[in-house]
Amino acid sequence: MNGAIRTGDLGGALPLDSTAETEKSVFDSIHSWLVTVDHKKLGLMYIMFGLFFFVVAGLEACLIRTQLAIPNNHFLSPQLFNQLFTMHGTTMVFLVGMPLIFGFANYLVPLMIGARDLAFPRLNAFGFWLSVFGGLLLYFSFIGGEGMTGAGSAPDVGWFAYAPLTGKAFSKGHSTDYWILGIMIGGFGSIATAANIITTILCMRCRGMTLAKMPLLAWINLIMCGMVLIAVSPLTAAQIMLLLDRFVGSHFFDTQAGGSATLWMHFFWIFGHPEVYVLILPAFAFASEIIPVFSRKAIFGYPVMVGATLAIAFVSLSVWAHHMFTIGMTSTSNTFFAISTMLVGIPTGIKIFNWLGTMWGGKLRFDTPMLFSTAFLFQFLIAGLTGIMLAAAPFNWQLNDSYFVIAHFHFVLVGALVFMIFAAVYYWFPKATGRLLSERFGKWHFWLFLIGFHMTFDTMHIPGILGMPRRIYTYEAGRGWGIWNLIVTVGVAFQVFGTLVFVLNILLSLRKGRPAGKDPWDAWTLEWSTTSPPPEYNFAQIPTVKSRRPLWDIKHPSDPDWRYE
Amino acid sequence: MKNLPNSSQQVDLIRCLDAKDVWMTDSRTGARLTRSVGRASLLLFWLVAFIVIPEGVLAAEKTDPTLVPSIFTPESAPAHAISHLAGFVLVVTGAIFVVVAGLLLYAVVRFRRRAYDDGTEPPQVYGSGPVETAWTTVPFLIVIVLTLATARVIQEVQDARKPVAALDVQVIGHQWWWEIRYPKLGIVTANELHVPVSQAGTRLPTFLDLRSADVVHSFWVPRLAGKTDLIPNKVNSMWIEPERTGLFVGQCAKYCGTQHAKMLLRVYADTPEDFDRWVAEQKKLAENNPDVAAGRLVFERTACINCHAINGTVGDGRFGPDLTHLMSRNTLASGALTNSPEGLRTWIKSPDKLKPGVLMPAMNLNDSDLDKLVAYLTTLK
Repeated sequence: MNGAIRTGDLGGALPLDSTAETEKSVFDSIHSWLVTVDHKKLGLMYIMFGLFFFVVAGLEACLIRTQLAIPNNHFLSPQLFNQLFTMHGTTMVFLVGMPLIFGFANYLVPLMIGARDLAFPRLNAFGFWLSVFGGLLLYFSFIGGEGMTGAGSAPDVGWFAYAPLTGKAFSKGHSTDYWILGIMIGGFGSIATAANIITTILCMRCRGMTLAKMPLLAWINLIMCGMVLIAVSPLTAAQIMLLLDRFVGSHFFDTQAGGSATLWMHFFWIFGHPEVYVLILPAFAFASEIIPVFSRKAIFGYPVMVGATLAIAFVSLSVWAHHMFTIGMTSTSNTFFAISTMLVGIPTGIKIFNWLGTMWGGKLRFDTPMLFSTAFLFQFLIAGLTGIMLAAAPFNWQLNDSYFVIAHFHFVLVGALVFMIFAAVYYWFPKATGRLLSERFGKWHFWLFLIGFHMTFDTMHIPGILGMPRRIYTYEAGRGWGIWNLIVTVGVAFQVFGTLVFVLNILLSLRKGRPAGKDPWDAWTLEWSTTSPPPEYNFAQIPTVKSRRPLWDIKHPSDPDWRYE
Repeated sequence: MKNLPNSSQQVDLIRCLDAKDVWMTDSRTGARLTRSVGRASLLLFWLVAFIVIPEGVLAAEKTDPTLVPSIFTPESAPAHAISHLAGFVLVVTGAIFVVVAGLLLYAVVRFRRRAYDDGTEPPQVYGSGPVETAWTTVPFLIVIVLTLATARVIQEVQDARKPVAALDVQVIGHQWWWEIRYPKLGIVTANELHVPVSQAGTRLPTFLDLRSADVVHSFWVPRLAGKTDLIPNKVNSMWIEPERTGLFVGQCAKYCGTQHAKMLLRVYADTPEDFDRWVAEQKKLAENNPDVAAGRLVFERTACINCHAINGTVGDGRFGPDLTHLMSRNTLASGALTNSPEGLRTWIKSPDKLKPGVLMPAMNLNDSDLDKLVAYLTTLK
């Protein structure tokens, strides 16, 4: 095996790329990116957009952690602190998580299902530029949020913006309006892109690729986009109601005129909980592609993985009120949401077991993508188990709104999602650029970030257990929280250095990275059959596939997968 | 797809490319050694993390352990119930962690590619029906056990019957302080809740009726009970039942605006006798000492009276804390500073300096008025 890879029958680049290379100025190249409808360019722009805001929101986190390093600190004013945690949360969810997952979906889905672009390329560009505009609008609040009343600047209502704190009575100026509009516009972009990806996956798969032969990444993205359609709409609806409250005097959430504060909570978390799964499913998607390749084995239990993803999506639509165990629901509702939440643990557990089953008996190659994926498995396991603790409603009455919750969801969003984003960048960077990222830098990045992550977020559970609520700009000495907060803050420094190495790695490898060739990881899905970077049309000839691992079939003609699937 | 095998072949299919590869020879003793060293160091790590460091730190920080609001040192019935459930959930999840993480660790060590690898692909396994069934059923059973335990404690805490002797207290959340009313006793106070302690034989729980005057707040004193939100247009309730006398600290747990961090809460559990004495003191009319009549006049003639009440004066505002027995409280500004004449003076002079964003404005009193006012307020025992 490992012989020459015949890709002829799958189609690579055209033998002669006929577009004559003429002299291009910088402006031409910028222009080509601005007007592009190519899914690969849009995908890369989404990813760069996401990584840029990852750095911005990361810096906000650094300021927050500096303030909290010691008790009674005066590094930040209360209002600035509140703005920073609001912007940190909002940015990480809406301007980092969403663009990154859509970026990867954009880039990878057509390549992996053997299509030449998304179904609606112009809608795709529209969705991307809406997201950019929404992001810029949100950040413009630092300048424009003062409005005519002079109060406020950036929003300071928290990322879930509970009513009635967002009402005119308590949130003066225009900061909250920027929050509403920025997120809402980005939401339109998300809905457009989700619809686009669904259509692409359902209608544009290459010949032979039945639904049961799609790569898991395509399956999981299909389900994720379905959830986006269901989840984002209630948020948009609630935001419109809030705008009406603020501008034309309606009373949906205006408690002083009989409105309801809990109505907003329900609306928000009917969005918010599926949203968490929207963000974590792509991490599962990357893991389901990367772990098999670096274990040298087919994914274990493919149909079960698809079923588990569907189950997660379905159950996650009925768990939203586990964010609201403390609002005084009846004991029946509390019991219902405790049960439904614990049920999600089952399909999630099944996924972990199947990845484990994939590794079992394989030959594990610990290149950087696999390092991040392995750490992901451990961290996601812990995140799931603290999730079970939080699902036990009475335990939640203690842990809700404490630092334990913060630690829990950072295990999900950093320990699982961000780690898998890093894995995905290391894995597909050579495809997108034609050059490999440096393994040496990669290992430094991994270990620095891993140590920092665990210093910060393992430790962060403890102040929560000791009764420290979230979102406080400072705390009293003598509560036993000081040392833990200091350790948490020190961990951040390691993560900053890790991220610096990552950025450096990208910049250096873009110029000097080892050329990757078509298929640097000896992988099995269609994107590795075309050139790196792929031509604009992806495949000269639309491929025909017979199994879930078309490249395995080509590399092992005597023992192809389709005999066994 | 004519070449598809029949469906019975689809699962449980193990394909050996190289049979010799299945039990690849490796240094098993070496792997075992690595594992045991790994386990030992992990154990050591947790020992250090959970025993050595906290002890050292508590000593260094001079923390009074009775003032650490840990959820695992409960001193009241509902907090006990929660802590028991928490312990059970921790044991179950801990066991899951040890098993699954152990398997993962084993896979990582055992199945890593060796230096002398021959470059062949390992046997391809596509899945296994029985195995999938097993690892679906076991979590399912665990979930059933956990939900039963959870449902029981939800009932036990949430649907607890209220004894006749229970004390009723109303807690009303404000930006950024707590209004505390004892409707049956006719007492109004702020930020510091006094309740009687339950003693063997006589249960004296306190039932709190929680409301909000503005935005959503949350009442959380971890050693006494879990938190419950205070929501405008909604009445919530919870109960506490301290088992020992003393001070229990907590604070607002739901982000409620600029000074959310300085919305601290103190619960004093008194012996029934002390509690009755406190009630009697609180029921008295405000002190009306003629020596400080000038200070009282300052109070009555400035905007103080719009927000604050002192019974027996013209001040009957309710936006701010009731000051009738101001000096019976240990802290000011919802725990932002200690209550003393000096503290009171700096607070009144510029509230915004001590608690930026606070809704109480500075009254711009001249020094002489300020002194008179503070002299008056300090008589309000």
